Amino acid sequence: MAEAYVYDAVRTPRGRGKKDGSLHEVPAVRLGAKVLEAIRDRNGLDTGIVDDIIFGCVDPVGEAGSVIPRAAAFEAGYDTKAPGMQISRFCASGLDAINFGAAKIAQGADEIVIAGGVESMSRVGMGASGGAWFMDPSVGLPGWFVPQGISADLIATKYRFSRDDVDAYAVESQKRAAKAWGEGRFKNSVISIKDQNGLTILDHDEHMRPSTDMQSLAALNPSFVMPGEMGGFDAVAVQKHPEVEEVNHVHHAGNSSGIVDGAAAVLLGSKKAGKSLGLKPRARIRAFANIGSEPVLMLTGPVDVTEKLLKRARMKLSDIDLFELNEAFASVVLRYMQAFDISHDRINVNGGAIAMGHPLGATGAMIFGTVLDELERRDLNTALVTLCIGAGMGTATIIERV
Amino acid sequence: MSYTNFTLNIDADGIALVTWDMPGRSMNVFTEEAMLELNAIVDKVATDATIKGAVITSGKDSFSGGADITMLQKMLATLAADKAKDLDKATKALFENAGYMTGLFRKLETSGKPWVSAINGTCMGGAFELSLACHGRVAADSDKVKMALPEVKIGIFPGAGGTQRVPRLTDQQQALQMLTSGQMLSPQKAKSMGLIHEIAEPKKLVETAKAMIKNGLKPVAPWDEKGFKLPGGPVYSVAGANLWPPAIAILRRETYGNYPAAAAILKCVYEGLLVPFDTALRIEQRYFTEIMQTREAAAMIRSLFVSLQELNKGARRPSGVPESKFKKIGVLGAGFMGAGIAYVTAKAGIPVVLLDRDMEAAAKGKAHSDSLISDQVRKGRAKPEDKDRLLSLITPTADYADLAGCDLVVEAVFEDSGVKKDATEKAEAMLKPSAVFASNTSTIPITSLAKNSARPKNFIGIHFFSPVDKMMLVEIILGKKTGDKALGAAIDFVRAIKKTPIVVNDTRGFYVNRCVLRYMSEAYKMLIEGVPAPMIENAAKAAGMPVGPLALTDETAIDLAQKIMKQTMRDLGENAVDPKQMALINTLVDTHGRFGRKNGKGFYDYPQKPAKKKLWPGVKDLYPQLAPEKVDYEELKQRLLVTIALEAARVMEEGIVTDPREADVGSILAFGFAPFTGGVLSYIDGIGAKKFVKIAKGLQKKYGAEFKAPKLLLDMAEKGETFYERFDPYARSEAKKAA
Repeated sequence: MAEAYVYDAVRTPRGRGKKDGSLHEVPAVRLGAKVLEAIRDRNGLDTGIVDDIIFGCVDPVGEAGSVIPRAAAFEAGYDTKAPGMQISRFCASGLDAINFGAAKIAQGADEIVIAGGVESMSRVGMGASGGAWFMDPSVGLPGWFVPQGISADLIATKYRFSRDDVDAYAVESQKRAAKAWGEGRFKNSVISIKDQNGLTILDHDEHMRPSTDMQSLAALNPSFVMPGEMGGFDAVAVQKHPEVEEVNHVHHAGNSSGIVDGAAAVLLGSKKAGKSLGLKPRARIRAFANIGSEPVLMLTGPVDVTEKLLKRARMKLSDIDLFELNEAFASVVLRYMQAFDISHDRINVNGGAIAMGHPLGATGAMIFGTVLDELERRDLNTALVTLCIGAGMGTATIIERV
Repeated sequence: MSYTNFTLNIDADGIALVTWDMPGRSMNVFTEEAMLELNAIVDKVATDATIKGAVITSGKDSFSGGADITMLQKMLATLAADKAKDLDKATKALFENAGYMTGLFRKLETSGKPWVSAINGTCMGGAFELSLACHGRVAADSDKVKMALPEVKIGIFPGAGGTQRVPRLTDQQQALQMLTSGQMLSPQKAKSMGLIHEIAEPKKLVETAKAMIKNGLKPVAPWDEKGFKLPGGPVYSVAGANLWPPAIAILRRETYGNYPAAAAILKCVYEGLLVPFDTALRIEQRYFTEIMQTREAAAMIRSLFVSLQELNKGARRPSGVPESKFKKIGVLGAGFMGAGIAYVTAKAGIPVVLLDRDMEAAAKGKAHSDSLISDQVRKGRAKPEDKDRLLSLITPTADYADLAGCDLVVEAVFEDSGVKKDATEKAEAMLKPSAVFASNTSTIPITSLAKNSARPKNFIGIHFFSPVDKMMLVEIILGKKTGDKALGAAIDFVRAIKKTPIVVNDTRGFYVNRCVLRYMSEAYKMLIEGVPAPMIENAAKAAGMPVGPLALTDETAIDLAQKIMKQTMRDLGENAVDPKQMALINTLVDTHGRFGRKNGKGFYDYPQKPAKKKLWPGVKDLYPQLAPEKVDYEELKQRLLVTIALEAARVMEEGIVTDPREADVGSILAFGFAPFTGGVLSYIDGIGAKKFVKIAKGLQKKYGAEFKAPKLLLDMAEKGETFYERFDPYARSEAKKAA
């Protein structure tokens, strides 16, 4: 069977996902267009041969609606023969787009696919697409809906991570991100967002707070006390996990992923297609998997999907050089490290979404590029990329340098 | 045409006054006949050109109690029979039946003539749904007027448009709260929610209602107008997104997923608000048809409505005993129980003599009533004059001579045979021979206490639960020699103070406490096995119990549990108590000084309010802890209910309780036994004796002899009997009637 290779990966910088964020003036579709332009221009790509453009987008409504990658391709001036498709698996959408593209290539249906994601959280807003998951009692009851922050706090409670533990993790994430930016570790992938005159709008991740320390975090109040108590969600958590007497609320803005705007794209292709275009493959997609996990804990899917994926790929944890797990909340990563006994030296080595932000549909493709860059920088071979997902799911992908 | 249940008077203005007044009933209810007549009236008003509009009111003190629940129960009985013949046909018939009221009210609403409901008194369920379908609603400004859709309390929900009209009149949050709790509304509250239009002086009620029509009330419901908007905004809106997810979570918090009717209300409102009104009514009808067929509905209708009402009406009164009137009641002992008994008696308007060793103690007992009624006044549930009246009815005393003239004396002195003997003798010396003497003992057999009495025929047990003002159940204990007259008087007294009596034969722990002890004991066993304490408490609540067994032990006091266990060992031998459980309780009390809620240290720590109680961290150090994933949580839930149910079955086998209604209702009112099951025996009946015995055997193998099923159950399993078949509570009265 054909294999899918990775030829390039780009991302935008992440703008603060608020009205005063630098990318708030940029329409969502333009963020998507910018990464498409970069993929084309960096690789001298004839866009007429692109078989598909698959973008993850979690709230594909309003300006982000109506198949945003097709719209982005128009703005980017792609050949009209390049089609587009938007998918959502919540926070893993960007990685699922890559897996989807890789599958099409491996199956032999497609030769060249651009996969990635886009989310303008400042312009469209989290939850804008609504959904029966949390609104419809016929779904919310059997689905045990709770907001993710409650799940993150439940994970901390159930697996015994204290407020200090989660805060210390957050401080380290900020430190690592600052160091990585300082040393230019992201420069191969991050493109600047410029206006029509060539003036720079944003060229760095602006959510970072490198000066964060334990003391500054200690001043923050936990965010999910109110919904937990008044909204009844703590009771839901305890009913599903009855060994927990009460939920210990430890997460706040400082140890949770940042709300940001951004987009990312990865150029995937068969070996043959790469050769004919004169492109050098950077890695191959070795294996990937998806799983559903317990929906109240919700964010432990990475643990389950990693087990499933390693088994399927006939690999061991020790075969993985670097892990990249989206920092949705500090407890998510702490639980993952605890479950597999992974040292922090091997995971999220350049920080993550707590420092730099989590533009929902784009993040999977962003951290995919980040870990690929790092494999090359360290001259290591194999990485596992994974994300926790709303409603209790997990997606993971193993890449291997070639 | 003339009507049996309604009168129709058309005034000079052409306004029809429809007065609902059913013969031979204290309250109007929707029977089949009443619905057919109302249907005819709606047609007449619609088609008679001389009639401009109609006002509907009641000729009784109350407006109406809503649907005739016994009619619903009969409907379910026929359904069960029909289902066996033709499932599809039976279900379809139920669906059509369930839609009759909906269709009738919708016809009224769209008849083209304005209708106004003039709500003169209590207006419940279907009657309030009728009112909501009227174009105008006026309520009398009176304490008598209470409006509610209380169906959820008996396992069903408002199925005649209630779930659709309420959230179209008021915002979704208030609507959900009202519908899922069965909340009672005063006229003021109903008006502030937008559920009624006007409040009128009681005398001007009909006049005000007619004026609405004269002033041109439009015969069109708001939702039938073009451009109608929901008062709280659309479901899919920012407000909706803030409301629905927590509403679903709160429903789970309150119901643990055990009450399908409550969940159905949310589903009806959510789905209904997304579609046009008539479609919404059909959705409601579909859910109603579903919920009517649930085991929970059948069980709750039977126990919490039919049986409860029958017991409250004195179903167990011996026939031929004239009803007692109470001019004066004596209460011996002004401690916590005695003071509470005095309070509920005075609250019912009966004079009480509250006697204790000295005046100071007696006055302290009366002060308890003062603080309770003052609290009611503060909360607006009573008026200052109610307080004055209540307190004037309680006479504290230290003199037995003041008991002269009492019809009934309730003894609530210290649980000591000697003290009780003394009190009984001194009191009886002052009482007329016909007076009934009742002991509130919870531990000493009535038959042995009756030996202190000169007239054991008039000696009986009236066992209250703590706190007396809140607990609705009273056990009436028959001693060997207790006569019918005493039983009649005791039942009449319990009814007079608006509590529910159950009649229990004499035994250690009577009925309720025997069951409660099993519940707590099973929890101790779990603790000893190493089950994490939060899992035990959560399992109990998830199983439907209102209070976890460890919290309950704290409430009743751990040192009391210790005393009871030690007493049991003295009375019944060392083997009567599990030594491991004894050791647990001894460790808590003797080593750690943990007496329970009363000293702020029990299984829980009790910090200063408003902080919540939290399990004592030391609990997990008492026994090696099992990993949570090694614990079968569903089995924990099952053990807690099954151990209670088995004890109840033993109580039936021993003839301590003889009527399954009393066992069921008693279990719900006294210790909140999973109400959705309909009570302890309905729980077994619902599972089926055969399957239940199998479950018990499995548990017996793993967890000991407590789970041994009594012979009675084995026999029922073999015969495929239910408790209500074997101990048919109606067979007795039928037999009586026949005789």
